[in-house]
Amino acid sequence: MRRMRSGVLALALLLVLLGVWELYVDTGGADPLILPAPHAIAQSLYDDRALLWSNFLVTAEEVLLGILVAAVAALVIASAMHFFITLRRASYPLLIASQTVPIPMLAPVLVLWLGFGLLPKLVVVALVSFFSIVVTTMAGFAAVDPELLKLMRTFDASRLRTFWSVELPSALPSVFTGAKIAVIVAVIGAVFAEWSGANAGLGYLFEQSIPQLLTARAYASVVVLSVFAMALFALLTLAERLSLPWAYQPTGDSSR
Amino acid sequence: MIEAPPQEPRELDGTGGVRVELVSRTFAAKRGPIQALSGMSLHAGDREIVAVVGPSGCGKTTLLELICGLQRPDSGVVACAPAALMPQRDLLLPWLSAIDNAALALRARGVKREGARALAAPWLVRFGLAGFEQARPAALSGGMRQRVSFLRSMLAGKPVLALDEPFAALDAITRGEMQSWLGRVLSTEPRTVVLVTHDVEEAVLIADRVVVMSPRPGRAVAEVPVALARPRRRTDPEVTALREQVYTALEVPQ
Repeated sequence: MRRMRSGVLALALLLVLLGVWELYVDTGGADPLILPAPHAIAQSLYDDRALLWSNFLVTAEEVLLGILVAAVAALVIASAMHFFITLRRASYPLLIASQTVPIPMLAPVLVLWLGFGLLPKLVVVALVSFFSIVVTTMAGFAAVDPELLKLMRTFDASRLRTFWSVELPSALPSVFTGAKIAVIVAVIGAVFAEWSGANAGLGYLFEQSIPQLLTARAYASVVVLSVFAMALFALLTLAERLSLPWAYQPTGDSSR
Repeated sequence: MIEAPPQEPRELDGTGGVRVELVSRTFAAKRGPIQALSGMSLHAGDREIVAVVGPSGCGKTTLLELICGLQRPDSGVVACAPAALMPQRDLLLPWLSAIDNAALALRARGVKREGARALAAPWLVRFGLAGFEQARPAALSGGMRQRVSFLRSMLAGKPVLALDEPFAALDAITRGEMQSWLGRVLSTEPRTVVLVTHDVEEAVLIADRVVVMSPRPGRAVAEVPVALARPRRRTDPEVTALREQVYTALEVPQ
């Protein structure tokens, strides 16, 4: 009930904001070529649906493959860093440094290096989404109750057994948290990658529409991108609830 | 994660007993070293139940970790048969069913999943958990969780059980029931038990012998044998008399 009401409230606020925007443009507050009214964007979403869809498929492939690569790499690297303290000490500063490289500058270099195809986009998306998954996964490993690890040692469990039975399952909710942050930035990464050299994709479509003064189409591609990112986020939330139901069950008196 | 200290070299004395001889243990802390134990001695014969009571922070948990080989003494001797810990909080894994939680120690030893379940299943029935095999910990009551936790440690197959205030987190009524239950289980499934507790009544109800510890740095200051028949009731005059005796030993100025 409560969630439904908050959904209604969010929708009401959105409608109010769209109404203000519509009024502002319709009453001459802004040139429709610079800021199209919501109705014009809606019109473009319908008229250009085939064009938007074909370009959406390109961007969606870049984002989904990039996140998949990032998630697998992040899990492997976080686990390795958890097992080997020397590796963690050596690589953690480099990992942070890798995130300080501005992606808009890195993307053109990658395109020069790897060509105009899918690969440079995939690398950029993976680079921007990788970090949050590694950091949250490592935090998940670190948050395992030390008493539980002691218990496993009195059961003569091997290091690897403790990892599979206790540490990895404990860290899974944190992996999802990282992935949910990652999907949002992944879409931004894909757009930067497309701007650096592409012949398809929603970022490319946006870039092509502006100089042709097809501003409504440019905004329509932004709407599709946003909805895509939100859908990915919602999908991950759903997947988390289905695959880790225990993380949501109410807990009783003496459990944590 | 925590670093594993080297395992204490275990000296088996042929039986399932526990021998702690004049052990001292000091920890480094921010405000200087803290001496947890100083000249602590404790003996438990094979299949003897020894309760250890003492004021808060007297090094009882350190004692259990020494017995379980999780720590090494700075000086003194710890010689005991392999021991499994049962922690104060149940620490059940929330994603596993009751039966898989109970079988965790078996799985840790490398028993296959189906084999471990087959070994654990009859015990769940004996422990009054029939019908709850597939329930996750969140669906179990506090007392049920503690029984699964005890079963998990028992199925580790070690001759010694180190119980760290096993019922301290339960409400008073459940705690009373669990104390009677543990007494019954140990009379049919004898094990060497070192039971650390704050609860003097619990110690007298369950143990063959009660060891009283001093405030930190902890050492044994008194020993009260409990030569009473089982089952014991908390209202038995002998039980209340022994309880008073242990309380008196706790109150002696050190």
